[in-house]
Amino acid sequence: MTENKGKVVSINGNLVSVEFEGAVSMNEICFVKAEGTALKSEVIRIRGNIAQVQVYEMTSGIKCGDEVEFTGDMLSAQLGPGLLGQIYDGLQNPLPILAEKAGWFLERGVYADGLDPDKKWEFTPTAKIGDTFRAGEYIGTVPEGFFTHKIFIPFYLHGTYKLKSIASKGEYTVNEPIAVITDERGREISVSMSFNWPVKRAIRCYDERLAPVETMETKVRSIDSFFPVAKGGTYCTPGPFGAGKTVLQHTTSKYADVDIVIIAACGERAGEVVETITEFPELTDPKTGRSLMERTIIICNTSSMPVASREASVYTSVTLAEYYRQMGLNVLLLADSTSRWAQALREMSGRLEEIPGEEAFPAYLESYIAAFYERAGFVRLPDGSTGSVTIGGTVSPAGGNFEEPVTQATLKVVGAFHGLSRERSDARKYPAIDPLISWSKYGGVIDAEKARFCKNILQQGDEIGSMMKVVGEEGTTLSDYITYLKEEMLDAVYLQQNSFDLVEANCGTARQRYVTDKLIRVLGSEYALADKDEARSFFNRMRQRFINWNYAEFESDSFKDAERKIDALYEEFQGKTTNDAELLLKDGE
Amino acid sequence: MSKVYNKIESITGSVITVRAKDVRYNELAQINTRFGKSLAEVNKIEGDVVSLQVFAGGQGISTGDEVRFLGHEMRVSFSEDLLGRIFNGSGEPRDKGPALTENMQNIGGPSVNPTNRILANRMMRTNIPMIDMFNTLVVSQKLPIFSISGEPYNQLLARIAMQAEADVIVLGGMGLKYDDFLYFKEELSNGGALSKTVMFIHTASDPTVECMMIPDMVLAVAEQFALQNKDVLVLLTDMTNFADAMKEIAITQEQVPSNRGYPGDLYSQLASRYEKAVDFADSGSVTVLAVTTMPGDDVTHPVPDNTGYITEGQYYLKGGRIEPFGSLSRLKQNVNSKTRKDHRALMDAMIRLYASYKETIEKKNMGFSMNRWDEKLLRYGELFENKLMDLSVNLSLEGALDLGWEILSDCFDKDETGIKSDLTDEFWPVK
Repeated sequence: MTENKGKVVSINGNLVSVEFEGAVSMNEICFVKAEGTALKSEVIRIRGNIAQVQVYEMTSGIKCGDEVEFTGDMLSAQLGPGLLGQIYDGLQNPLPILAEKAGWFLERGVYADGLDPDKKWEFTPTAKIGDTFRAGEYIGTVPEGFFTHKIFIPFYLHGTYKLKSIASKGEYTVNEPIAVITDERGREISVSMSFNWPVKRAIRCYDERLAPVETMETKVRSIDSFFPVAKGGTYCTPGPFGAGKTVLQHTTSKYADVDIVIIAACGERAGEVVETITEFPELTDPKTGRSLMERTIIICNTSSMPVASREASVYTSVTLAEYYRQMGLNVLLLADSTSRWAQALREMSGRLEEIPGEEAFPAYLESYIAAFYERAGFVRLPDGSTGSVTIGGTVSPAGGNFEEPVTQATLKVVGAFHGLSRERSDARKYPAIDPLISWSKYGGVIDAEKARFCKNILQQGDEIGSMMKVVGEEGTTLSDYITYLKEEMLDAVYLQQNSFDLVEANCGTARQRYVTDKLIRVLGSEYALADKDEARSFFNRMRQRFINWNYAEFESDSFKDAERKIDALYEEFQGKTTNDAELLLKDGE
Repeated sequence: MSKVYNKIESITGSVITVRAKDVRYNELAQINTRFGKSLAEVNKIEGDVVSLQVFAGGQGISTGDEVRFLGHEMRVSFSEDLLGRIFNGSGEPRDKGPALTENMQNIGGPSVNPTNRILANRMMRTNIPMIDMFNTLVVSQKLPIFSISGEPYNQLLARIAMQAEADVIVLGGMGLKYDDFLYFKEELSNGGALSKTVMFIHTASDPTVECMMIPDMVLAVAEQFALQNKDVLVLLTDMTNFADAMKEIAITQEQVPSNRGYPGDLYSQLASRYEKAVDFADSGSVTVLAVTTMPGDDVTHPVPDNTGYITEGQYYLKGGRIEPFGSLSRLKQNVNSKTRKDHRALMDAMIRLYASYKETIEKKNMGFSMNRWDEKLLRYGELFENKLMDLSVNLSLEGALDLGWEILSDCFDKDETGIKSDLTDEFWPVK
């Protein structure tokens, strides 16, 4: 904390102007002292000797002349062991600790350390005295739940450092010094297991940023097969209210094939966070067999919490994600919803009386959104290992209209787009990802040609479907009608997926490959069907058999049994694979 | 803190400015005009220039009127004495009772720590089958009633107030027609629910600023009752008027509008109110039902649209009935597995058959001939609409389920309903 002080000269909503002497830096944190509390605030504009600060709390009770203390630091997150399993607010205050301190409500001016200062961690040194290091390289490890947590040379140190002394194996708190390093000029710096990092700056202590190529399995069939996401990639999920954005993210957070999941509940319902907090400790991570909470961090700034810290919550979460990436882990950040963050920017911009852009969003909206998504990435670390941060954001467009600024700005920078449609959600088709508008630039778990084959059926079926609305079933030819039925079946047995059933919801890569091959065989065949009635009843039966197959455990007896039933029906109607499909299936082998 | 200022520098709409020192943000002041006293709230301070929002509006204020700062924020008295009383947006009595001044509580307080909330898992009975049976209301849920002008939404709220299984009802009226105010008062006292009800009423002719205070007053009182281990049901009508009041004030204060003239923080403003719905671990709860009229029956209008993103589902009121299709209670699956084992299956089957009935009606209107199955559906649809969907039906959940079986058995054979046979064997009425 610096000695720099100022005093309040004007108040407008959560924007407070402060007259100061000395030097103040942009985005510096200060505390406004009012009614016996100190309210955390951030400098967002400086003009002459007036700094305008956004207060992260409610501003009632502040008066002109109230004292303001500048800290000299930017808004930072405390990084170190003990982050996993925590429930934080947007400023990294652990909510359970705030509940102990303040009771039912989030009283303003009550803060707590991000990491428990008293907890002891079992430190094992891995570095030798005399070794040289750069920021982002590690000198020891600590077991944190299932993971090996690396202890780094703080990311803010520039240049190379020599290890002068290091603590022996033993138990230490996060703030105790565990090593001394010397810089090029021989100055000594003491290092502990935790350090602070300004959340609005990306962590760049990696050797090289690589192209995201490996698919991140979400176990959602329509995503993994048709609109995949890569580890280190970005994707967005826009949709009108009630289309199931949050449910889809919730499922992803449970089943995604990553090491760590960070959930940023940004400006959404508190009830949903409560659901996660209640449910996750009870669930087991299919990969490690441990509680799901052990691999999860929740950052929650729900809609009724102060708007200014909503913006901070997004940055805090991505900083934690980058920190764990530095350990060579794959991290998934789920932000729900980025529109609320954009609205927070809009509110602040209005108070600053900036010239508004489209729909009153500030002109810098696009660059802010781009900068946020660009913090995702697949990187090679100094020790040669790789790690990734994948970012998935939901967007809540006003009126469900994707033409609005936040959706458009997001679509420009993400690598995959999962558009949810009201039509599909009204028809209770889960997930409501519309296959006709969604896209992805990443490679999926199934062969691209096969995915194209399936998407073609969806496209053709949809065209025939809309034609049928005009000319009726009578006016449609049998072969068109069969294509339409194939599209319906593909949708029902593959795109739609029951997220409540454990087997059905957790559909892995091997299974997706196996099932699509079977689907291509069935959908890419001609049958001995006399008329439309017979065609409808055949595809209804086929659909039912596929659905039963979906619910059977992969490669179990009931799975094989259900598969035989599909084959039997295929034989019964003399299915004959077309050349296209045959070629496709051969290529795959 | 009762320094008096009597030089008003400017008056714009309902906002006045005075030069004053040591004033706190959001502090209240009292203004004495020739039409009487009014409260005002500080909403901007720039040096010694203080802007105040006058609750009674700017009309008739003279630059020489007296302004006295009260040294505290907007507050509301809280005690058991509130029950059965009616107040306005400034917290003054609207009935003939005395003003209440003890145990004053700040309104618009901080939000509940999410870790102190518990998962919503108790049903709130309303004895309205379309709610209890088809879209169950859950304690601590927040639900809007989307409706268009002219629909009987206030009648629906009054029925819920009388029938719901809540310890305390807090009713907030915003921009209410005077007739509707009288209707609520009369219905609740006839129905015997007045003694457990507190009303905060702003009628259409009252000053706009008071309209904006209503939800905060209502929710502050509700929260206090909830902390005393009471299950509180908050009824608000109409939130669109509340949003319009915000729009009016924002525009007069020269804020940049975002969408159709509404201020950019519409979502946050609505959310901070709706999020007051809570089930406290080891204490009471607040459940919120709020009428939101949709201008032009357009659900993409900013008010219903933002509301939909905040709330946990919605009831659509159309043609005097709660629509079974668009309506959705997102929390119903938390409770309807624990009511009666036939609840879910019967609910699904009846809605599915009602959807078929709608298709048949369409076919009939297009002049197609009706077969035997169509005739059955037509009969079913009519019975369903008259016996279960009508808003005047007052029936417990169990009664409604029994009636549901009754209707099904009047129209269909067992295996035509698509319900699992172990349920039909047990519940199919014997005749």
